[in-house]
Amino acid sequence: MSLETTPILDVNRLVKRFGGFTALDGLSFHVVPGEILGLVGPNGSGKTTAINVISGLYSPDGGGVIFEGRAVGGVASHRLVHRGINRTFQVPKPFMSLSVRENVEVALAYGRADGVPPAIDALLEEYRLADVAKRPAADLNSAQQKMLDLTRALATAPRLLLLDELAAGLNPAELDWIADRIKALAAKGMAIIVVEHLMGFIEHITDRVIVMNAGKEIFEGKLAAAVKEPQVIEVFLGGEHAA
Amino acid sequence: MHNGFKHTLIILVPLLIVFAALPGVYQNHLLLFNFVIFLILAQGVNIIYGFTGYLPFGYVGFFGAGAYGFAVMVMHFQTPAVAAVLVAGLVGIALGLLLTPLLRLTGAYFAIANLAASLAVLHLVANPALENITKGPYGVSLTGTFNPSFAYDAALVVLAITLGGVIYLRNSSFGLALQAVREDAVSAAMAGVDVVKMRVIAWLASALVAGLAGGVYAWYVSVFYPDNVFSGEFSIFAIVFALFGGVATILGPIVGVIILYGIYNLIGFTTPQYFQLVYGLLIMGLVLFLPAGLMSLATRRGWHVP
Repeated sequence: MSLETTPILDVNRLVKRFGGFTALDGLSFHVVPGEILGLVGPNGSGKTTAINVISGLYSPDGGGVIFEGRAVGGVASHRLVHRGINRTFQVPKPFMSLSVRENVEVALAYGRADGVPPAIDALLEEYRLADVAKRPAADLNSAQQKMLDLTRALATAPRLLLLDELAAGLNPAELDWIADRIKALAAKGMAIIVVEHLMGFIEHITDRVIVMNAGKEIFEGKLAAAVKEPQVIEVFLGGEHAA
Repeated sequence: MHNGFKHTLIILVPLLIVFAALPGVYQNHLLLFNFVIFLILAQGVNIIYGFTGYLPFGYVGFFGAGAYGFAVMVMHFQTPAVAAVLVAGLVGIALGLLLTPLLRLTGAYFAIANLAASLAVLHLVANPALENITKGPYGVSLTGTFNPSFAYDAALVVLAITLGGVIYLRNSSFGLALQAVREDAVSAAMAGVDVVKMRVIAWLASALVAGLAGGVYAWYVSVFYPDNVFSGEFSIFAIVFALFGGVATILGPIVGVIILYGIYNLIGFTTPQYFQLVYGLLIMGLVLFLPAGLMSLATRRGWHVP
């Protein structure tokens, strides 16, 4: 796979604190268009916080986020959506009383997707929501709600997509299927950051991973190489003597 | 906007024709006028509660402020009644702007803060020190503009505008985005919706509606005290009527007002001794068995309710 080399997203020494707790402690990485980057690390290592800062939910306390050459740290979420960043949530948050179709319609109407916005019927069909399109989102099971979350994000035609544990709770057949979808999106040039605990899934879809611990990057490269790093093993297995 | 046109034709137009014709055949003009006022206020509550999820327990604050806006213009500037009604609407918007920080609160906190705000406005207006401006607690008497039949027509115009607004919300992506904000503000932002802007617009629209209603009410009754136009009953009735019918629909609040305010007056006339008992049981039954309002009887069956 040939990747463009100019980063679409450049995260530079990002710091985020909650009271006395430092969730992100100088995190730096970049993503290029068409790349699938994995963010892995133990619980509390700052993966979701990084996603939340990049998507505008939190303002950074230090460092910068550059998207397509412009500083976007602290910019409101809806503006970032208009600029081409979108995300899914670990616990999907659809508009429960609206129909599945209306959920996507809002994003189509307000997402200000550049160029040709995706066709809603094709999108619902592709993510297996066409049959339930008229039902309220509250009627969906959790896997379907995750797909709706993803469809809502895709309706805004993002160039950078952040997936926060999209695969958790999916069965093996669904995992293969969603892996193919994610790869297809990247093949069309979308940059994708995947936060995930399922290592097999990460191995299968990512080009590169960043291993995080305590808000910092401790490894960057292929997952296969990461699992041989003593520092990574120590963080995942715990204890000072693990290595 | 095909559906919007249909809803205008099958709901707004017939309702206006009926209420325009009723004074010719029914003697109790004040009762009809009150019906129109509650139809307006219930839809105003619908805009802010049904579409954005803020429960405005102090909704009467805008209504009373509008009534006094009307009174001040007529008393001190001899403004024609129609212009004074428009000012009443602007007063509603101005108060709404002043109270926009309340939108940072949610749920019961918002409801209580809004109630407190309406009481603050009442006590400001009723302050004897402001007698030169508002007549303080002694009430106003606007004999110069007294004209119930014009005021009734003005109320119908305000009802038409309000219903038109709700029909727009029910059929536009703007209304859909408001509901998205109500359901989940974070996801709404991720759909590209400017959450703060949407909330403020709905809040001010709802304040405008109550301000205009207050102006028309002042025009109609002509003589009133602060306690009359800031009575908590306006808030409670408008909320209960809207909830009874079912919010986030066009029809729900209308059905709620017709049935509940109808029953209210019926028991009031026939068996006033059982009034509170019957009314209380009705509202308890609603909360227990139909929390989403009468319209949910239809939506549960998968029917589309305008």
